[in-house]
Amino acid sequence: MSDWRDEVEALTLKGQIKMPYTWSVGETGSRFLVALRDEQKILANRCPLCGTVYVPPRKNCGTCFADIGTDDWLEVGPEGVVTAFTIIHQAHPLQPLATPFAYAIIQLDGADVGFVHILKDGWDRLKNGVRVRAKFGIERNGRILDIDGFEILT
Amino acid sequence: MEKIAIVGAAQTKYESRKADQTFYDMVFDVTTAALEDAGLTLADIDNIITVSNDFLDGRTISSMAVGEAAGAHDKNISTVEGDGTFGAFYGAMRVLGGFRSTLVVAHSKGSEGNPQFISNAMFDPIYHRPLGLDTTSAAALQANAYLTRYGITEEQCAQVAVKNHGNARHNPLAHQPLEISVEEVLRSPKVADPLKLLDCSPVSDGAAALIIGNEEIARKAKTKPAWVKGVAHCAEEYFLGDRDLANPKALRDAAKRAYQMAGIRDPRREIDVAEVYDAFSYMEPLWLEGLGLCDPGQGGQLTESGLTAMNGALPVNPSGGVLSAHALLVAGLARLIEASLQIRGEAGAHQIPGVKTALAHGTHGPCGQSHCIWILGES
Repeated sequence: MSDWRDEVEALTLKGQIKMPYTWSVGETGSRFLVALRDEQKILANRCPLCGTVYVPPRKNCGTCFADIGTDDWLEVGPEGVVTAFTIIHQAHPLQPLATPFAYAIIQLDGADVGFVHILKDGWDRLKNGVRVRAKFGIERNGRILDIDGFEILT
Repeated sequence: MEKIAIVGAAQTKYESRKADQTFYDMVFDVTTAALEDAGLTLADIDNIITVSNDFLDGRTISSMAVGEAAGAHDKNISTVEGDGTFGAFYGAMRVLGGFRSTLVVAHSKGSEGNPQFISNAMFDPIYHRPLGLDTTSAAALQANAYLTRYGITEEQCAQVAVKNHGNARHNPLAHQPLEISVEEVLRSPKVADPLKLLDCSPVSDGAAALIIGNEEIARKAKTKPAWVKGVAHCAEEYFLGDRDLANPKALRDAAKRAYQMAGIRDPRREIDVAEVYDAFSYMEPLWLEGLGLCDPGQGGQLTESGLTAMNGALPVNPSGGVLSAHALLVAGLARLIEASLQIRGEAGAHQIPGVKTALAHGTHGPCGQSHCIWILGES
């Protein structure tokens, strides 16, 4: 089959979409992130119908469709149990730290759903079922990474 | 349900970089080829559904940029931003809604953007995106949860990669036909434990189109119709931590509904071939569990036992699957097209003999958040 590229140069065009956003975090998220920043506390909330404790907190229970509101908020963690993890070997620029590091799903004490975050070291001891504790950053600015990462408890 | 069928289809070859074609070019080619395959003209097509993603195309309202390439001039056209199986679902609804036919066309060129940036952007910007999660790292969490839950081994996952890349050698459109060993998969570079490079699908450029028609169109088309016997989809929670990643609940629900519609009571016995969305090697056994084709935790043994091999009792991904060609969004439509070709008996060198009932599976969202199941039959 003939290739048109034998007759004419195949051009490419470099481009980039730079699109800044300013997302509203909303009431539920703001209460959660401000507590991380100002009190170094991990807040959760509880569905009034099924009792599921969500972290991060939710506006409504996805299962029951119940409005959770602000009545039944509680502190969970800062310790918990790893229920799934992966050690990342392949780097890309959006990762918040150099490889290797780990992602884990952590069942925080008092919560009913998993919490996804980062572990920076301790691979030799990392396995499902291991207990971990949140370590807060020194500089906190109301972001999920105000928790600097989770540390494995021996 | 009124009778509807897939009456024509086309795919490009899947490649890492289609430097000679724009996505518009690909859409035109597969639209034209699907009409030719069906022996129909644009006059026979009432609706066009395009399947695209603005981030992948680098263009907002990506859908509106390919209308002319899809033959949509003076027709109903709309878009699904999701896997191609969901686009086809919408297309089927148009036909069930009283139109004669829908042409569904999906395209993507992963080579033109940055799949890691794009997949990171699917996560929640407040809680998850800043962690740097992407498709692969999320899948690795799921693989860890699944393997740990049931004692499924990395070797068993590697066997899936060996099988599907091997099957792809019989599919001239596949991106990565490979003759590899389990050892080679296990020794391939670590990406995100337990996933190695050869456990992961490539990012491909490609497009695919199919035509869904009512009985009138099925009679007019020159192809043997692949009748839609059942179709259903379901989704589960957005946040990974809310889900049991080792138990694909939404897939179970979707499969149950699709089987019920198709009158299938014993899917393991009644389904002759399955094309499932194996973006990562562990996904094939996990999805087979969700599809009720084996018990929970038994998926890991299926490859070793030979059940899912090309000559097994339940061949899975004879085309090579998504592991061998992964054009994002297109890959689910490709599963559906492959299932329709199996029904037609026109799958070429990867045809399974005597297929009467075929299953196609697509998924969208991280770690199989949503699933769409199609059951096709020859009558």
